[in-house]
Amino acid sequence: MSDWPLWEVFVRSKGGLSHRHVGSVHAPDAELALAHARDTYTRRQEGVSLWIVKSADIVASDPDQAGELFEPAADKVYRHPTFYDIPDEVKHI
Amino acid sequence: MPSLPPIRPEDEAVAARIRPHGAFDAPDLAPHESARFDYLLRLGDDALILGQRLSEWCGHAPAVEVDLSLANLALDLIGQANLALGEAGDADSLAFHRDVLDFRNCLLVEQPNGDFARTVARQLLYSTWQHLALQRLTGSSDNFLSEFAAKAVKEVAYHRELASEWVVRLGDGTEESARRMADGLDWCWRFVPELFEVDAHLEELIGRGIAPDPRELEAEYRAAIGAVLANGQLQPPPDQRPIIGGRRGHHSEHLGHLLALMQYLPRTYPNATW
Repeated sequence: MSDWPLWEVFVRSKGGLSHRHVGSVHAPDAELALAHARDTYTRRQEGVSLWIVKSADIVASDPDQAGELFEPAADKVYRHPTFYDIPDEVKHI
Repeated sequence: MPSLPPIRPEDEAVAARIRPHGAFDAPDLAPHESARFDYLLRLGDDALILGQRLSEWCGHAPAVEVDLSLANLALDLIGQANLALGEAGDADSLAFHRDVLDFRNCLLVEQPNGDFARTVARQLLYSTWQHLALQRLTGSSDNFLSEFAAKAVKEVAYHRELASEWVVRLGDGTEESARRMADGLDWCWRFVPELFEVDAHLEELIGRGIAPDPRELEAEYRAAIGAVLANGQLQPPPDQRPIIGGRRGHHSEHLGHLLALMQYLPRTYPNATW
């Protein structure tokens, strides 16, 4: 309810893949956050594993620092792995 | 606490007389088939009526996440009803064209939602019983029933778990939540003994290894409920005069109202499709 903390939800869609952030739920504690995440985000067979993290525990970068943090990478195309061919059989990279 | 008067044989005679002729033509079955038919109605009607009750929370639950949780439980149960009633006959016509006297659900599942705590109390008391019964039903000598149980037991394990979590949180929450939780349990408690009743139909199925004997679940059930309540700092309510009869069609006044809503559309517009 209004005083319930927010939890971020991560779903592993199948074995071998990473957990991906899918959204958030409100819940009074971790066990119920897991239940709410299960009922909200995996009801259509979206996943085989769930992680939840208290939103307040996430340390985020400051949007005001976006310039110094991210813009210097813009002109360094040689850091992208685009100079060799990826075999067709490799699905998830 | 309101209490219903017992239903006497003369009441049954009156009910039979006023019943619209042909409202429900139960199939003409040999005795051993009719016990199985009746059992399928019990399984299907419990699930259908509790599913309908839970779906009444849609849009009204305390939080959107709880709304989804309750709707998910309801959908699981309506899926189970579809299977069990589909095995008994035509699921839609059994769900929508039977009158109240022909329903075989237990009285617990038809009780009004009340507040969230009472809904949670009803869910704990029913899902725990259903889970223990389904675990044993997976070993049924009847193929349909063992497969039905194998599918439903996983769903119901979660229902039981979720209801237990909520009982503990409300019981061990604020002064108000603890009071509401205790009231909810107190309201539902008198419908528990019916779950362990055995009549001639059930006796026959138990004898043939088709259905589990609910009397054998009772000690485990009482211990499991006691453990959840203790976890939530709650006392089991004092035992009250049991109210029984749902399995014979002797329902509380609440079921007719539920059916009026649930059956309105297919009865008003027969054969309506999306």
